[in-house]
Amino acid sequence: MLNVGKIEEGFVLDHIKAGKSMSIYKHLGLDKLDCTVAIIKNARSGKMGKKDILKVECDINTLNLDILGFIDHNITVNVIKNCEIVRKLPLSLPKEIKNVLKCKNPRCITSIEQELPHIFVLTDEKKEIYRCKYCEEKYGNKDKFKI
Amino acid sequence: MRELRHLMSPLDFSTAELDKLFTLAEEIEANPSKYAHVCEGKKLATCFYEPSTRTRLSFEAAMLNLGGQVLGFSDANSSSAAKGESVSDTIRVISCFADICAMRHPKEGAPMVAASRSSIPVINAGDGGHQHPTQTLTDLLTIRAIKGRLNHFTIGLCGDLKFGRTVHSLINALVRYNDIHFIFISPEELTIPDYIIEMLREKNVSFSEVRKLEEVMPMLDILYMTRVQKERFFNEEDYVRLKDYYILDKEKMELAKSDMIVLHPLPRVNEISVEVDDDPRAVYFRQVQYGVYVRMALLLTLLEIDVQ
Repeated sequence: MLNVGKIEEGFVLDHIKAGKSMSIYKHLGLDKLDCTVAIIKNARSGKMGKKDILKVECDINTLNLDILGFIDHNITVNVIKNCEIVRKLPLSLPKEIKNVLKCKNPRCITSIEQELPHIFVLTDEKKEIYRCKYCEEKYGNKDKFKI
Repeated sequence: MRELRHLMSPLDFSTAELDKLFTLAEEIEANPSKYAHVCEGKKLATCFYEPSTRTRLSFEAAMLNLGGQVLGFSDANSSSAAKGESVSDTIRVISCFADICAMRHPKEGAPMVAASRSSIPVINAGDGGHQHPTQTLTDLLTIRAIKGRLNHFTIGLCGDLKFGRTVHSLINALVRYNDIHFIFISPEELTIPDYIIEMLREKNVSFSEVRKLEEVMPMLDILYMTRVQKERFFNEEDYVRLKDYYILDKEKMELAKSDMIVLHPLPRVNEISVEVDDDPRAVYFRQVQYGVYVRMALLLTLLEIDVQ
């Protein structure tokens, strides 16, 4: 059994779907932070069988929870202070996401316009469907797991 | 300062706002001379990154009818886009030359990008296969002007219902009105997309799908014909097989009600036989004229010119 120590202040992202931690690491921009990050892959889980965990020692205002909510709103976000869990943050689907997905429609203006942000808007909360703000190309759950 | 108003989609206007717009268009039709000089000193820029003679000329005629002037380009090669200029930069430059801009672009969402950077109103004059709001406004005005209402009717949409953006747009606009029954008439290969069917079911809008035009002709108050577009097919064989699937001729017109009307976004190829043109129920050329009136009303609305 591998042991990873407690963190003083920051986040523990638990119940990440096994194999998705690197994608979350990338989209949260954790590679750009100058702090301790532990990536635990394929940890045993009673509920999920296997899961990933991310431990990030950082200021608690650094995380963009919208991205996390988009990628998987079933992830548990534990806020840590003085080595203890002080809060669990609820995740929900963000109304809009910016530069997380790239529009795959070759006829979309994002394919040619310089420095245009790729923005997706939540159009159907029940079915978790996002559409490109410009061309309305649809992105569903299946596409989300490709990122 | 009031927020600048653009037109990107037909749904940008509420039904109350559309009512106002169509009333203005009908007033323009009734009193064209009253509006002949109201845009003097105003300039419309027609920025057409791909050729579209009909839409461009309709916009230009609309502005000229209002006493304004027009400038612009009619294909990307004669614009700075050929030098690699972005849409965002182009509209900022155009904003210094004109008071309002109508933009057609092959890339979907380009007019929206322009609107976000513009200091003048931008009208989407067609963006790829995405939206063509002024065509929808034209269709709605034609129905309202001739039938006297935008509710309580059965409309048959016939032809390419899979790729036809004017059809999708018109359905989205019509579901906001009461008691409309849609009949979708298309070959198996060109049926209406699932997402539209889902939307109609969610909104509890009544519809049916058929393959034969003849069998539904007597039920229709409006028939909206469309062209099977060659450019949508990868396979010449499929196009040739489907292009003549529906041809509206005198014989089929005999099955229709005496006050049924036939609309078509044009250009027509051979889906409506020329012999139908003289039938008073064939209103597709009047529809083009309504396109000019609705664009005139739109220019006045977006420029906030109130004519007493």
